[in-house]
Amino acid sequence: MTQHAVWGLGTATFIAAFVEFVEALTIVLAMGLTRGWRSALIGAAAALIALAGFTVVVGYALATWLPRSVLQLVVGVLLLIFGLQWLRKAILRSAGLKALHDEDAAFGRETAAARTAGRDRRFGLDWFGFVVSFKGVFLEGVEVVFIVITFGLNAGNVPVAAAAAVTAGIVVAAAGAVAAKPLSVVPENTLKYAVGLLLATYGTFWAVEGLGALHGGTSLAWPGGDWTLLVILAGWLALSRLLVLVLPRIRPAHVTGPVAKEPAA
Amino acid sequence: MTVVRGVLRFLYDFVIGDDWKVAAAVVSALGIGLALLALGAPPAITVVLTGVAVAAAFTAAVLIDVRRTGS
Repeated sequence: MTQHAVWGLGTATFIAAFVEFVEALTIVLAMGLTRGWRSALIGAAAALIALAGFTVVVGYALATWLPRSVLQLVVGVLLLIFGLQWLRKAILRSAGLKALHDEDAAFGRETAAARTAGRDRRFGLDWFGFVVSFKGVFLEGVEVVFIVITFGLNAGNVPVAAAAAVTAGIVVAAAGAVAAKPLSVVPENTLKYAVGLLLATYGTFWAVEGLGALHGGTSLAWPGGDWTLLVILAGWLALSRLLVLVLPRIRPAHVTGPVAKEPAA
Repeated sequence: MTVVRGVLRFLYDFVIGDDWKVAAAVVSALGIGLALLALGAPPAITVVLTGVAVAAAFTAAVLIDVRRTGS
């Protein structure tokens, strides 16, 4: 693997993981400030431990039991769905049909929900704060695990991808600890657009190659091999820009008011 | 029962997300690819057509969404 490829892999994984960790940080901060830091941080720590266990089990299972074609199909399909969900939101936001994601607004919603929730204590912890922190970190973390597996295996260098993701986690945690507020200055919408394109590209490449698992058992091959990734990326970029131009024109007349506030991340 | 429901809810949120049509588009497009293979289409052509089918199905899902709800 060339030095450029290593940097490319590391940068792509870092950006994707960074965006996921920023969302997890917002949730943990909201719980910490409203429900107490002890429950929020223990929830986040428990999620990281569960995530490590999940990664070991899934990594071992994938490496030991699953043929490459099945691995490509399973991880590719998941990645393709994640990527297209992100790309869909990015297209709608760029077309002005959906409010831009605002980490401060997400933080506001989380804190409002936390303030109105009941005070249920279990194992000496505020249960709401613990569970919400745990779910937030675990859910975003599992997506990072799939990103690391896909980017890392595709480039033949999982350690670099894993190191990039861990670095992203440390940077976000440090920034959050210093700022003690959501990282709203991060250009999250632009990053999500870029990451959505990357995930959709790798997801398409792997899911289609993995179809061979259901027909003959061996992976299919794209004409042009790994170079096809660039063609697929260009295709998704072109399609997304086309949709950004077209969608506002086909929007029904009865909903042409201001964009609605975004209900979820 | 609450735990099972919670796990199912978690899996649905994780895999399907907030627009089930995107997941349906992906599965439909891959189904087309599988059908092409079963019909004996050459693998090199099948991968390209399946990739195009994924893009077409995604476009359809987004267009349906915008035409119905505006977002």
